Amino acid sequence: MTKKLTNIYLIPYALWIGLFVLAPLAMVLYYSFFTIQGHFSFVNYLRFFTPIYLKMAVSSIGYAFLITLFTLLIAYPTAYLLTRLKNRRLWLLLIILPTWINVLLKAYAFIGLLGTYGLANSLAALIGIGRQQILFTGFSFVFVSVYLFIPFMILPIYNSLEKLNSSYVDAAHDLGASAGATFRRVIFPLTLEGVKSGCQAVFIPALSLFMLTRLIAGNRVITLGTAIEEHFLVTQDWGMGATIAVFLILAMVIVMALMGKGGLKRW
Amino acid sequence: MAEKMMIQFDHVTKKFDGETILRDISFDIERGKFYTLLGPSGCGKTTILRLIAGFLEPTEGTLTFDGQLVNKIPPNKRQVNTVFQDYALFPHLNVFENVAFGLRINKLASKEIAPRVKEALHFVNLDGYQNREISDLSGGQKQRVAIARAIVNRPQVLLLDEPLSALDLKLRTAMQFELRQLQRRLGITFIFVTHDQEEALAMSDEIFVLNQGKIEQSGSPRSIYDEPINRFVADFIGESNIIPGKMPQDRVVSFAGKTFNCVDQGFNKNESVEVVIRPEDLELKQRGEGLLQVRVESQLFRGVHYEIIGKDEAGNSWMIHSTKSAKINDEIGLYFEPEAIHIMRHGESEEDFDRRLESYEGADHD
Repeated sequence: MTKKLTNIYLIPYALWIGLFVLAPLAMVLYYSFFTIQGHFSFVNYLRFFTPIYLKMAVSSIGYAFLITLFTLLIAYPTAYLLTRLKNRRLWLLLIILPTWINVLLKAYAFIGLLGTYGLANSLAALIGIGRQQILFTGFSFVFVSVYLFIPFMILPIYNSLEKLNSSYVDAAHDLGASAGATFRRVIFPLTLEGVKSGCQAVFIPALSLFMLTRLIAGNRVITLGTAIEEHFLVTQDWGMGATIAVFLILAMVIVMALMGKGGLKRW
Repeated sequence: MAEKMMIQFDHVTKKFDGETILRDISFDIERGKFYTLLGPSGCGKTTILRLIAGFLEPTEGTLTFDGQLVNKIPPNKRQVNTVFQDYALFPHLNVFENVAFGLRINKLASKEIAPRVKEALHFVNLDGYQNREISDLSGGQKQRVAIARAIVNRPQVLLLDEPLSALDLKLRTAMQFELRQLQRRLGITFIFVTHDQEEALAMSDEIFVLNQGKIEQSGSPRSIYDEPINRFVADFIGESNIIPGKMPQDRVVSFAGKTFNCVDQGFNKNESVEVVIRPEDLELKQRGEGLLQVRVESQLFRGVHYEIIGKDEAGNSWMIHSTKSAKINDEIGLYFEPEAIHIMRHGESEEDFDRRLESYEGADHD
């Protein structure tokens, strides 16, 4: 009886997984074996290993890595500071709030800010640096991506810092550790789980960013995400697009494996 | 004497957000003794410990180690180690690395670290536990690792913040004995915080009884138990019968409508006082015998003894601990020696109290 009931409760979840996770995955895999003419072939996979796609893959991974690194460098100290503040819930809300705004809106806002006649350049002109090309560069791409991902990095790190028993820090000080040594030997290792899940939450989406590459990077940065979009919408080569998607999925699986069970396990 | 003095609190006051936790506290800690800070929760005992450890700074007053002002010295620069109430063992390190933590911080060579860790674990009877994970240890074992982690650094002073409170009764009693042994073997100062008076009496050389941010009384377990300074201490340390009385003259006290001989001196004529008699100092006698007649109201079997509550003719309640049982509603006699009576003056300061006791006890008192 109870088992039957549990099975009934499982139905919505099973439907969701089946329709929106497994079926699309199977379709992506299926399409990846067909050429643009509709012939079954492995040619797409061979094409992926040509310099043009490999370069894209390397650039995607490189940018995703940079974005994750800078996000972490900003998010960890911020999360640490947050745990020391008085109105933590309010500050946390202020950090989460921007994630409720559509990414496209935020991207357009940055176009306004970073454009040739935007606020950033006006300030640069004012202090005598002169107007620069900020928009449509690799820098602007990383900058805006980091901005977008920061909340997703802060939250898991903040949670693990919150859970960190303050007596561990006291004990480290008591045993002679300076503030730096305490951080290296106690605080950071004990919040590593949060860092790992934060890195996953940033690296994986960063790998497949495509809207920003067009709007902010002006197609100067071509990632695998951009390539997939091009193939599906412009060249109509669904097979090749699906093949790239298969490699993206593989990359994500590898990242998750490398990061351990960080995203799932909390001690 | 001055050489043995190592930690000195001089008129220390500590406030948090305008609330006073410690009020103008002064005391000395000597080298190589076992001290206990005893008091109910919120009395400020843990605050004193955190001041010594360096986690807190006095709001007023000075704290000196060996004559050196340490008010602003951070905990990592003090020759003091703490055993925390929740042990605070690092969960990402195994037993060996937990114990080695302080040595690694001090950049000791690995060659020296291993024997020191082994020795510390041996001291707490945990030989062969080096490679265990913290999560695999029992409460008592964690407790020992926490002690080993502290003593491996060879501190001058070991601070223990209610370290036994999480253990069950049997283990707690065993650990009390072990801690006392350990302190003797190491010969360093232990400062132990607890709210458990039995623990304090069993282990300490000297007890500080704290209440509401003030030291009510300090002294050896015997002197505090036998001669509490006031109602709070008499009540907090053990069970007490506290009865209002008068001192017609020195060595004579009247209470419950009768007059008794006692050994206390230094009072004004007919001064009203409080009389303390411990329940175990009251002896059960037949009706009509003894010094006082009481009617038994209730009786509890406590294992080691019976706890009998009776009422005398003047209406005072008396608690009696006796291995003999009584019958409820029976009239019984109570007998006690003059030495069993302890007289407390209202509002007497600790200094005056000590001076008065010394004036007449002389050689027969420790």
